[in-house]
Amino acid sequence: MVPKDLRYTSEHEWIRVENGIGTVGITSYAQEQLGDIVFVELPEVGREVKKMEGVAVVESVKAASDIYTPVSGKIVEVNEDLNSSPNLINEDPYGKGWLFKIELSKPEELEELLSAEEYERLITEG
Amino acid sequence: MPFIPHTEEDVREMLESLGLKEKEELFSHIPEKIRLKSPLSLPNPLSEMEIEREIERIASMNKGVMDYISFIGAGSYNHWIPSTVESLLNRGEIFSPYTPYQPEASQGTLTILFEFQTMMCELFNMEVSNASVYDGASALAEACLMALRITKKNEVILSSAIHPEYRRVVRTYLESAGFKVSEVQFKESGETDIEALEKKISDDTAAFAIQNPNFLGIIENIEKIKNLRERVNAMLISCVTEPISLGILKPPGSYKTDIAVGEGKSLGIPLNFGGPYLGIFTSKMEYIRNMPGRIVGETIDIEGKRGFVLTLSTREQHIRRAKATSNICTNHNMCAIAATIYLASVGKEGFKRISEINLKKAHFLAKELSKNGVKLRFSSPFYNEFAVKFKNPQKALEIGIEKGFLIGLPLGRFYPSLEDSILINVTEIHSLEVLSDLAKLLGEIKDV
Amino acid sequence: MSEKLIFELGKSGRKGVSIPEDELKELKVEEILDKRLLREEDPSLPEVSEIEVIRHYTRLSQLNFCVDTHFYPLGSCTMKYNPRIAEKLASLKGFSTLHPYEPEELVQGALKIMFELGKFLCEIGGFDAITLQPSAGAHGELTGLLLIRAYHEHKGKKRTKVIIPDSAHGTNPASCTLAGYRAVEIKSGKDGCIDIDRLRGELDEETAAVMITNPNTLGLFEEKIAEIAELTHSVGALLYGDGANLNALMGISRPGDMGFDVLHFNLHKTFAAPHGGGGPGSGPVAVKKELEPFLPVPVIVERDGKYHLDYDRPLSIGKVKTFYGNFSVMIKAYIYIRMMGAEGLKRVSENAVLSARYVINKLKEVYDLPYDKPPMHEGVLSGKKFKEYGVKTLDIAKRLLDYGFHPPTIYFPLIVEEAIMIEPTETETKETLDAFIEAMLKIAKEAKENPQLLKEAPHTTPVRRLDEVKAAKEPILRWKKDKGES
Repeated sequence: MVPKDLRYTSEHEWIRVENGIGTVGITSYAQEQLGDIVFVELPEVGREVKKMEGVAVVESVKAASDIYTPVSGKIVEVNEDLNSSPNLINEDPYGKGWLFKIELSKPEELEELLSAEEYERLITEG
Repeated sequence: MPFIPHTEEDVREMLESLGLKEKEELFSHIPEKIRLKSPLSLPNPLSEMEIEREIERIASMNKGVMDYISFIGAGSYNHWIPSTVESLLNRGEIFSPYTPYQPEASQGTLTILFEFQTMMCELFNMEVSNASVYDGASALAEACLMALRITKKNEVILSSAIHPEYRRVVRTYLESAGFKVSEVQFKESGETDIEALEKKISDDTAAFAIQNPNFLGIIENIEKIKNLRERVNAMLISCVTEPISLGILKPPGSYKTDIAVGEGKSLGIPLNFGGPYLGIFTSKMEYIRNMPGRIVGETIDIEGKRGFVLTLSTREQHIRRAKATSNICTNHNMCAIAATIYLASVGKEGFKRISEINLKKAHFLAKELSKNGVKLRFSSPFYNEFAVKFKNPQKALEIGIEKGFLIGLPLGRFYPSLEDSILINVTEIHSLEVLSDLAKLLGEIKDV
Repeated sequence: MSEKLIFELGKSGRKGVSIPEDELKELKVEEILDKRLLREEDPSLPEVSEIEVIRHYTRLSQLNFCVDTHFYPLGSCTMKYNPRIAEKLASLKGFSTLHPYEPEELVQGALKIMFELGKFLCEIGGFDAITLQPSAGAHGELTGLLLIRAYHEHKGKKRTKVIIPDSAHGTNPASCTLAGYRAVEIKSGKDGCIDIDRLRGELDEETAAVMITNPNTLGLFEEKIAEIAELTHSVGALLYGDGANLNALMGISRPGDMGFDVLHFNLHKTFAAPHGGGGPGSGPVAVKKELEPFLPVPVIVERDGKYHLDYDRPLSIGKVKTFYGNFSVMIKAYIYIRMMGAEGLKRVSENAVLSARYVINKLKEVYDLPYDKPPMHEGVLSGKKFKEYGVKTLDIAKRLLDYGFHPPTIYFPLIVEEAIMIEPTETETKETLDAFIEAMLKIAKEAKENPQLLKEAPHTTPVRRLDEVKAAKEPILRWKKDKGES
């Protein structure tokens, strides 16, 4: 269930890094817990952020969940499609439901994140 | 004991089922040290018959607008209320539910609030309304906080012709949280000084706020205000304390208002010595996520039938907690329902007519006053309230009471520069005869 | 739901109630005001007859569950009976026709009620001074925190944080933010009460206050409250009390004696004023002597047998409301206290606790009681054991509607999974409590045998389960003509 090629946070974000740019979203487990996503608040492009800073908010009807960036860097792109179709997060959390892209300023932070196995253990054992 | 139905037998059975003998045992885990040792010191209990007599006695110590002919307005305008309003509000199905958390069991409240939101959008010509807040002053304070959130700036500028109590509430709400509140003066004509306002607006200014008609009764120069809003990068908050004026005056939405708030007391709510009243809160749709308070939305049930629910709740305290848009939990539901029934009852034509009568009668009085040599304090156009000059306002008020009139509010109470003036409010309840009598009286006492 | 909206009734040109005559017909609006000040389009208000208004709103009202028609055991809300005599007397002309700016000598009766109500509340809570200005509990919290802020600043200390247990009402942290404080949540102990060690760990010179509800939102009495107060005071912080649960304590134990410095009351809960479907309420804030100088203006004072509105208070935080508070709600609370007296209020709390404990005790075998201690005026069960049948607490709540009961508060406090928070109040008969218990037990059985029945509930209400996702995703927040009837 948990894609092997991504890194994870204990707050249920995932990150995929290609050419120094990380794509960030929330895990399938997180979207299931939240239920139908009805609104997403995305960060401003160009904003400099620090690892584990709250940068976005994902909302269902009865919950609002802060999204933390897994790594430090600069926001370079956000998924505008989510403004009109927030349910993409429910439908395709690791694909079309991505939240934002970030240019990593400290690539070494990736090492501190959870592996797929570690994350899987976290959500099954609680 | 009234209102407690348990018989001795009930109590015994319930205690037994808990394995207890005495009621005192229910509290045995409260440490002795903090348990009350002697009975509370309160007056002896009264039966229903006795309390009725007692409360009627206390009520008779008061003298209100039934005993005097009153021209006090100043944010609490005395209007006629159709009997439909009180009759419907007396229904237990309206006053005894809680907040509509279970929509299937609350369609009555929710539907009425949806109608209320629609009516407020219509009156104010704004895109979205919430289900109400506490009163006009707290609505203005919440509007300022909302603008500060949206713009991420740290200052608001208030016209000093906004109700003085509202400005005090805004300061109380904002200054503790570290925001700056500045004011801009009104001109000799009674209008807010828009040129001075423009000079004050800086990059730190989140919003500037005006009241229309303003506290002095003056209709603001809305064209100038609209132009200013178009030129500056600060939000415009408009406040209406006399919503009856919206039957004929340009609504906030037509002069580029971003957030429009108001006091809904005039819409079917009694004077009640200042409360409960009705905080109206409307804005442009783009700001909805930053709006405080409850919002009702339309949806469908599993069978496709239309129904209403509280929606966009993730803004609110019970979900967002410390990050909520406000701490507000309740709306002023009964007052919102009163306003809805009021507007439905008087209807489209009736509302406009009442609005016109207010304007006409106020101007009738102004004319009668000038015939009697009484001078108006300001020269700008006014709606149903205006300031009048006296040699000794305090003395004039005293003579007024002797003659059976509450002439108005002495403005010196809030504005040292207006120590010579009394603010007089005319509504549809005043007959032409009463207005002529007042004009005659004021003519006699203006120089006392 | 067959009832249309008011905008869908009536027709163009139809008139409603009898409107005052325009005695100045010959005078034209355009002659008085410049056209540029006048609105171009009339607000699109209903055009209906008087009977249509009465019938529409009467029928809508009948779609509500309410205390007058149904048992309403909503936890933390104290949905007790609203005495009719209070409703009747609060609307006497001698009160409803008073303007807030009348001279003091004309409103002595109104001021007497406010002054005496303040005294009664101080006596019940164990405090020295009070403001009646706040409109509701949350408004009281903001006021109380601003008083605490003013107190610290007057002593020359700017403190930054307020400590709150994780079981607190959502308004508590939200009020902290509004008052310019950072809310720091501490995890409750295994027993559901404040964890003294965690509290000690967070308390420091930056702490302005500790904000606590007692009994807490699990309905449990904080037995270590005196120690908590001592610890709080030892770092110079103040203890704030959320008075939402005062119905458990009247005449039994006073927050002021426990060590609270500030407490807000909910007149619409404890003192039987109606909730009005969401307000108006009233949230007076009582304080100890040291905080009195900071109370909002005006404060009602008595001098030489006359009552006055005192504005001359240089240290006051200012105002939180246009005028003096929700006066007509205050009258209702005043009447209630005068009818009950000291003995009556004590009976209220005893019977509120007895009823709650009776109901919880009967249900705790079938539902879980996560914190198995004797509750006070309310108790919190969990519906988590029904998850294995695919049934959530929400489904149980909706099914209760079919049995003719308003559901308890659900999913609060947040620290209890699938929470069901029951507050029966003292005004319900044992027969009603027994019927509710029976319904809850039946539903538990249905959950196992026919979960679908619960998942599709309610079956008997004017509308069935509503699509809240659609409402949030595609917000329709007002009626529009072009959309027409749907």
